[in-house]
Amino acid sequence: MTDSRPVLTMTGISKSFPGVRALHDVNFRLFPGEVHALMGENGAGKSTLIKVLTGVYDTDQGAITLDGEPVSFTGPMQATAAGVSTVYQEVNLCTNLSVAENIFIGREPRVFGAVRWGEVRRRARALLASLDLDLDVSAPLGSYSLAIQQMVAIARAIDIKARVLILDEPTSSLDAGEVAQLFRIMRQLRDEGIAILFVTHFLDQVYEISDRITVLRNGGLVGEYLTTELPQLSLVEKMIGKELDVLEGIEEHSRRDLAALEEGTPLVAVSNFGRAGAVEPFSLTIHAGEVVGLAGLLGSGRTEVARLLFGADRTDGGQVAIDGTASSLRTPAQAIDHGVGFCSENRRAEGIVADLSVRENMILAMQAARGWLRPIPRRRQDELVDKYVKALNIRPADPEVPVRNLSGGNQQKVLLARWLITEPRLLILDEPTRGIDIGAKTEIQKLVTQLSDGGMAVLFISAELEEVLRLSHKVAVMRDRQMVAQLANDESLDADRIMQTIASGSHREEADR
Amino acid sequence: MNDTMSRYRTMIGHRLFWPAAVLFVMLAANTIYRPGFLSIELKDGHLYGTPIDILRLSAPLILVALGMTLVISTGGIDLSVGSLCAISGAIACMYISKQPDQNSLGVVVTALAMAMGVSLVLGAWNGVLVAVIGIQPIIATLILMVAGRGLAQLITEGQIITINSEPYRAIGLGHALTLPLAIFIALAAALLVAAFTRRTALGMIIESVGGNAMASRLAGIRSGRVIFLAYVISAACAAVAGFMMTANVSSADGNAAGLWVELDAILAVVIGGTSLAGGRFFLSGTIIGALIIQTLTTTVYAMDISPQTSLLFKAVVVIAVCLIQAPAFRARFSRRRRNVPPPATIADKPKEQVPA
Repeated sequence: MTDSRPVLTMTGISKSFPGVRALHDVNFRLFPGEVHALMGENGAGKSTLIKVLTGVYDTDQGAITLDGEPVSFTGPMQATAAGVSTVYQEVNLCTNLSVAENIFIGREPRVFGAVRWGEVRRRARALLASLDLDLDVSAPLGSYSLAIQQMVAIARAIDIKARVLILDEPTSSLDAGEVAQLFRIMRQLRDEGIAILFVTHFLDQVYEISDRITVLRNGGLVGEYLTTELPQLSLVEKMIGKELDVLEGIEEHSRRDLAALEEGTPLVAVSNFGRAGAVEPFSLTIHAGEVVGLAGLLGSGRTEVARLLFGADRTDGGQVAIDGTASSLRTPAQAIDHGVGFCSENRRAEGIVADLSVRENMILAMQAARGWLRPIPRRRQDELVDKYVKALNIRPADPEVPVRNLSGGNQQKVLLARWLITEPRLLILDEPTRGIDIGAKTEIQKLVTQLSDGGMAVLFISAELEEVLRLSHKVAVMRDRQMVAQLANDESLDADRIMQTIASGSHREEADR
Repeated sequence: MNDTMSRYRTMIGHRLFWPAAVLFVMLAANTIYRPGFLSIELKDGHLYGTPIDILRLSAPLILVALGMTLVISTGGIDLSVGSLCAISGAIACMYISKQPDQNSLGVVVTALAMAMGVSLVLGAWNGVLVAVIGIQPIIATLILMVAGRGLAQLITEGQIITINSEPYRAIGLGHALTLPLAIFIALAAALLVAAFTRRTALGMIIESVGGNAMASRLAGIRSGRVIFLAYVISAACAAVAGFMMTANVSSADGNAAGLWVELDAILAVVIGGTSLAGGRFFLSGTIIGALIIQTLTTTVYAMDISPQTSLLFKAVVVIAVCLIQAPAFRARFSRRRRNVPPPATIADKPKEQVPA
C-alpha cells in the first residue's frame, strides 16, 4: 500500500444493455502496489465494470484515466498493450492449443514474420517455473485441469508487463493449496508495484489478501473502504443492502433421522456404476426426500458420478433400479423420463444456450421431454417462467432478455428453474453455488432444503464442506476417482472428519451403510 | 425529440432493418438509372413488370434458402441442394416424357410425387450421415453434391429431357390472381416452414441445438432427430425448387439445373441475419436475402454490365451488404461519431505495438 496517486481511476461510469441497467455512475480507483477487492452480489455490476475498463464494452458515460491520462480502450488487446491485463472468471483460453501457444498467442516472438517456436517454449517454461508450475508446455491446454488452466491464464496476464492485473474470480475453481499458491504469486506481484483488482465471492480470501475494498450493489457504488476498517459482517450487509438473514432453520433440517428417510424402496439405487478412466465402480442409493452430499477435492470424480447417474456418460457396467424396478440410465433423455435433473457445474458450456431468451432456456428441458410436436402453450410458459423468476429472484425480471445478458449467478438460477419446472424426483446439483455471492448462495441452500422437505431427492455436489454438511443427510466422499465412504450426517460428522476421509481414504468400514 | 430518437434507434436495431434498407437502396438505384424499372402493367389478365419478374425468378432461391436456414441454424450446412434440384427435376421430367398424355394432371401429380419421394430419401441420407454417423455436415453433403449431379445425369441418360406438359409448365410460368404461380408456391412454402417451426417447438429446439449442442443434450433434447429433420426439410424445399427451375424451361438438364444455387442460398441465409455458427434463425430475413440476390442479378442485366464484370460487381455488393450488417463494423463508425472528446493518447498508441 502506498499513498501515491492512483494508477487507475474510473469516474461516473454508466452502462446499459437492452433491458438492463448494468452500471450507474460508478467511481473506482486503484493504487499501485495494492490488492483491491471488488465486491458485490451477482448482477451488482462487477464483471461489467471490468469489461468496461478493458474495452470489451463501450461506456455510455464516464471517464477512465491511466497514470492520469484519459484513456478509452477499444478492446482487450489495447488494454493489455497499455498494461491492463485481465484473467476472466471463466477461462478464456484455447484448450486445443498448447500451453506455450496459449501464453504467447497474439504476441509470439518472431523473426522475419516466422514464429520462433523454440523461444516460445523456452520462455513459457521459464515463466511457469517462476510460478512454481511444472507443466509440459507442448501439451494441449485442455489436458490440464481447470485450475491449472487458470494458472496459465494468470501466467499469460503477468507476462505482458502488466501494471494493472485484473483477476475476475480466479479462485472459484481452485482448491485450498492452489489458492495459497495464487496468493503467494499475488503478493509477489503486489510487492513489485503492480496494482491488482481482485474479484471473488470468498469473504475469507478478501480479508486474507486485500488492502482495500470497493462494494457495488445493483449497478451502483456503495463505497470504498480499507479492509482493516470494514468488519466482515458490515461488508456482507453493504453487499446485500439489508441485515443478513442468517441460515436459520437449515441446520436442524439436515440432522433429521437418516434411518427414517431410508425406509422403503430407494428412489434410485445403482450398483457397480463406473467408467474406465473417469470413476471406479461405485454403489449408491438415494431415497425420496433425501439430500446426499458428494464431497471431495476438485477432480476426485464427483462430476463423473453425477454424469453417470444422469446418463450423460454411459456406465461400463452395473445395474440401476428406479423405485425398485430394474431400469437403465443410458442417455440424458432417458434419465429425464425417469425424473432426474442435472445442473452442470460448467454452466456456460453445458448449461445455458446463450442465444436463447431466459424464458426459452427455462422451458427447454420440459419442452424436450414433451417432444417438439407438443409445444407448451405460451400462457403456460409465461406462468411457469413468472413463477420461477419471482421464486428465485432472478434479475433482471424480464424473461425475454437473452440469457447471455445475465450475470453468472442469475444464469445459474435460470438453470435451476429449467429443472424445477420439470418437477424432477431426483435433482443433481453440481457446484450450484460456485462463483455466486452469499445472498444467492443462501437462497439456493434454502431452496434445497425446501425441495427435500417436499419429497425431492437431491444429490448435492460442492467443494465447500460446510455447505455439504449443512444440507446433506448423508455424505459420500470421493477420493482419487473412488467413492471411499458414505457417512451418515449425525452429530459425530464434521468437516474435520470428512477432510480426514478425503486425506486418508479410510472409513471404508462405513461404506456400506 | 428523445422519443423519436429512441424510436429511430429501435428501428435501426431491428434485425431486418439493414437487409431491407439494402433492398430498398438497390431498387431505388435501379429506378434512378431506368425510371420505368418499378412500373407494372396488366396484360391479358396478368401483371407484368420488372418487380414481378424479380419475385418470380427469386421463388426457387427462396425455397432452397428456407430449407438451408433450418440446416444452418442447427450448426450444419447443406451443399447438396443444387444437385437435389437437378435430381427432382430430372425424375419428374423423365417420367412425364415417357407418358403418352403429357398434359394429364394425373401424370404430372404422379411425377411430382415420385420426384419428391426420392428427394426425401436423399435428404434422409444426408440426415443419417450427419446426425447418426456423425460426419461433418460440409463433408456429408458434399458427397451428394458431387454424386447427385452424376445421379441426375444417369436419370436423364446424359440428355436434356424436353417435355411438353402444360400442367408442369404452370409450376414455373403459370398465373393465378394475375400473379405468377411461382410466387404463391414460394409464399406457401414460407408459411408452411414458418408454421412447422414456430407453431411447434421445433424452431426453438433447432436453435437450441445449434446454439449449444452439449447443453441441449443435457437438457434432454434428442438432437439427432431434429438435425435429421432439418436435412429432410431442406431436401423437400430443394425438390420443389427443382420442379420450378425445370418447369421454367420445360426441360431437365442434369448438368445445369440448380447449379451453384447452394451458394446463393447460403448467402441469402447469412444476409438474412442467421449466423453460420448456428443458433437463432430468421425466415423473414432469409426471404429478403433471396430477394436481394435476385434483384442484384436483375440489376446486372438491366444496367448492361458486361458479363465479364458482372460477377465482380455482385461480389462488391455482397461484401458491402455483409459489412453493413456486421455490428463490429458499424460500431467502429458510430463510436467515432459519438465520442465527442476524441480518445487521446493510449487509444491510438498501442496499435503500433501490436505485433503484426
